[in-house]
Amino acid sequence: MKEIHNFTILQRRQLGSQYFALTLQHAGNMQPVLPGQFVEVQVDGVREVMLRRPISIHDADPERGTLTLLVQTVGRGTRRLAELREGDRLNLVYPLGHGFTTDIAPGSRVLMVGGGAGIAPLLMLSKVLKAKGVACTVLLGGRTAELIPVRDEFEPYATVGIATDDGSLGHHGLVTTHPAFAEPYDMIYTCGPTPMMKAVARAAAERGVCCEVSLENMMACGVGACLCCVTDTDQGHRCVCKEGPVFDISTMKKWYQC
Amino acid sequence: MLNVNLHNLKLKNPVMTASGTFGYGEEFADFIDLNRLGGFVVKGTTGTHREGNPYPRMVETPSGMLNSVGLQNGGVEKFCTEVYHRIKHLDTNIIVNVSGSSIEEYCTVAEQVDALDKIPAIELNISCPNVKHGGMGFGTQPGMAAEVVAAVRKVYHKTLIVKLSPNVTDIAEIAKAVEGAGADSVSLINTLLGMAIDIERRRPCMANVTGGLSGPAVKPVAVRMVWQVAKAVKIPVVGLGGICTAEDAIEFLMAGATAIEVGTANFIDPAATIKIVDGMETWCKNHGINDINEIIGII
Repeated sequence: MKEIHNFTILQRRQLGSQYFALTLQHAGNMQPVLPGQFVEVQVDGVREVMLRRPISIHDADPERGTLTLLVQTVGRGTRRLAELREGDRLNLVYPLGHGFTTDIAPGSRVLMVGGGAGIAPLLMLSKVLKAKGVACTVLLGGRTAELIPVRDEFEPYATVGIATDDGSLGHHGLVTTHPAFAEPYDMIYTCGPTPMMKAVARAAAERGVCCEVSLENMMACGVGACLCCVTDTDQGHRCVCKEGPVFDISTMKKWYQC
Repeated sequence: MLNVNLHNLKLKNPVMTASGTFGYGEEFADFIDLNRLGGFVVKGTTGTHREGNPYPRMVETPSGMLNSVGLQNGGVEKFCTEVYHRIKHLDTNIIVNVSGSSIEEYCTVAEQVDALDKIPAIELNISCPNVKHGGMGFGTQPGMAAEVVAAVRKVYHKTLIVKLSPNVTDIAEIAKAVEGAGADSVSLINTLLGMAIDIERRRPCMANVTGGLSGPAVKPVAVRMVWQVAKAVKIPVVGLGGICTAEDAIEFLMAGATAIEVGTANFIDPAATIKIVDGMETWCKNHGINDINEIIGII
């Protein structure tokens, strides 16, 4: 069940120059959320930033009733969100969208490939899969070390590999050239810049490995009503907000092959 | 207190939703009780399935947004055989927005929707700015507008609302033409044709280059046009364009609208419609108004 709720900002963490994380407290019983789902955050209504901003769920603690959002400051909306302080209110419509497949057999090996802000939804996914006895490898990519925030948070749940364009941390080069990328997996998940996700999807398809991609798009309603955020799929245009943001690449040949 | 009559439709309040912003209602069922609405207008329905325009399809602009969806929908047959059966139980007026590229297509869709018991009205969309053929082309010339309305009037027997384009020199002239051709009501305004450029990438923000502007940015234009049209025609007017609050809705009623539609505000707050209903009731109480009809067209 989706709801509209005023959360309170419990904690704000600045993570390098571009990223910050907000941990939000629900006032009552928080709705269950799944890895890969997202929220639509009201920035400031109609005053300056009218439309809500879609932000993926980085972490959730259902017992405490908290959600954590990892945000990269990229435009008008996220710049305003960066100004929020602990104790401020934040109105969310959540949980939205179709998340990652978590029905994975214990003992399986999965790979998660995240780039930039796309690493956000992978934390909750690795937590959930680790609890199911799945062996997770997480590869995080960025232009520089500073642009790979929260890598430590993954350590308890996954084997973490890093790749940077400038070699300032971990493997020097693209995540898809990291040695761990070539290892065998039962499932691959990816979220990040489109060229990276397409490269991961093509590699997974070549190896015959199941793969899910989490897409991003300009969004208005967040619930599949306005049809503004569509992506190409093999079945035609589909809403990233409702049919996605997570798509199985077996339905996305048209998307990743171009 | 808030009851109004829109031709043969009895609305429990003047608040409806704008086509293309509310899906088929179902998308909002978690947030609001759909039965509390005066009515809702489902997304533009065409003769056959349409994939719509390429993306990106939207961009936020000051106090508004541009969209160019291009009438993506599953076609009238899918609506009648699938969607209709999921929503027909609702206790509100469900209005189908009928779109097309030719007079024949408008008539085909209208005829099929005419057969659906629980659909008491259609909103004929002769004002979509985002399709190459038809759409707004029918709504910008009085002669063409009258021709398509007259043709649909022959095959459609229930309440016929015609949605007008603001992208014209004289909207009252178009309103009079469709009234003469048999429209029972007019709704206005559809979006204003606009454009935005990403100056860093030196490209238009939307794949279709131009799109329709909606949201609070267009409200004063819409209020002005509702006022002009309400003065020019005898049929009831449905007002829309940037309505976000009960005060906005009341402004449209004073300008001459019998009912209103909420569009872009559904994206800002999925419960906006119900807040507007509640706010209108409070406003009436605070102003000693027992019947909302007292304020319609007082300007």
